[in-house]
Amino acid sequence: MSDINRIIERAAQEIRPGNVVNLGIGLPTQVVHYLPENLEVLIHSENGVLGVAGQPSVDVIDPFLIDSAGNYISTRPGGSYFDSAVSFAMIRRGKLDLTMIGAFEVDQAGNLANWKIPGKFSPGIGGAMELAQKTPRIIVLTTHCDKKGNSKILRQCRLPLTAKHCVSRIITEKAVMDVTEHGLVLREKAADISIEELISITEAELIIPDEVGVL
Amino acid sequence: MNKQQTIEQAIAQIPAGAVVMVGGFGCPGTPFCLINELLRQGQRNLTLIKNDANESGIGISKLIENGQVDKLITTHLGLNKPVIEMMNDGRLEVQFHPQGILAEKIRTAGAGTFGFLSDIGIDSEIIQPEQIMEWQGQRYVVEMAQKAEFALIHAAQADSYGNLVYQGSAMNFSPLMAMAADNVIVETSCFGTPGSIHPSRVHTPSIFVNAVVVLPQLSNEYGVLDHHVRY
Repeated sequence: MSDINRIIERAAQEIRPGNVVNLGIGLPTQVVHYLPENLEVLIHSENGVLGVAGQPSVDVIDPFLIDSAGNYISTRPGGSYFDSAVSFAMIRRGKLDLTMIGAFEVDQAGNLANWKIPGKFSPGIGGAMELAQKTPRIIVLTTHCDKKGNSKILRQCRLPLTAKHCVSRIITEKAVMDVTEHGLVLREKAADISIEELISITEAELIIPDEVGVL
Repeated sequence: MNKQQTIEQAIAQIPAGAVVMVGGFGCPGTPFCLINELLRQGQRNLTLIKNDANESGIGISKLIENGQVDKLITTHLGLNKPVIEMMNDGRLEVQFHPQGILAEKIRTAGAGTFGFLSDIGIDSEIIQPEQIMEWQGQRYVVEMAQKAEFALIHAAQADSYGNLVYQGSAMNFSPLMAMAADNVIVETSCFGTPGSIHPSRVHTPSIFVNAVVVLPQLSNEYGVLDHHVRY
């Protein structure tokens, strides 16, 4: 299984029956393809859709129905469409249970940076600040290291923050980690990496409990 | 009460230097035909307000790449390379807002009020110190209403009075912008007489709309983009 698929498949297990979930641009939007068909959830897309389901067959795609990443979608029974003010009222009012979001950097205190790399890449904020600040549970989906091999899981974010102390859990292809009041706790690790190796590729200080699950 | 206009008439009202809201989130809701007419007429020094810059070579990206836009008020540029380059080169001024804050600024203007208080981004670099106010021991961000002289809107259906219906995720910013601009120009390919839309189905009531342009049909620009299809 590719690293990306491993992250997405693991992330899909986080979604519980009855959840209202926003899936951010990038890895998270792909989680919708890994959900069991009979799982009763409402996927929220901030461009104004509740009840997102996967793309229909190619010949019946509705070009006026996309998710926030531009993917063509369908809606499950009980879905709804609404304008952008209503969509973000849902977010700011705390009506979502869970947001899965990508990251440039995330740190052991749960700080998130995912909107600006000064001088290099600043595509904009989109819905990230409101989602990060107002959803009760934020799970970051990211590769463990960037393309140059540097850890994306840091002691302290260096890029401009999207929101402070907002992240609950981090899922990478190497590990599942929780942000706690004591620090960043390792919950699961991939079978093909030792704890020593994991510590060596992670800039953040990892707390290793007695029991660590298998990712 | 009949607000039907030709596309040439409707767009010719927009002067150089105008502030123009444009509906749409990605393709759905983007009024491609009105934008193409603005490209053809060539008004310059525009300020555009739109959720995103569309993708390179389509929608408002054409206006920006053609040098007709001085300033873009937006939330996200996606992966639109030419527009990101123009921003980085200083050829385009870009003002970013959190998406729901931009929506609410527009909604507020459309409701005839002047601003609201929020806490979004309060500790981030996007908030200027002068935007912070304290009230009864709490810190808030003051966000002012965002209006415009014109709005360009795509509707799935319209009647001659200007009642509008949107389709799917094409609603997004359109009903908010239709309330917040002084002069609202709508395009639709499904046009009817008053009564053709049941009152309970109207998303934007007619009195917010100034001009309705009837499109003979929707061009390929409104169709499925192959690079977004998952095979």
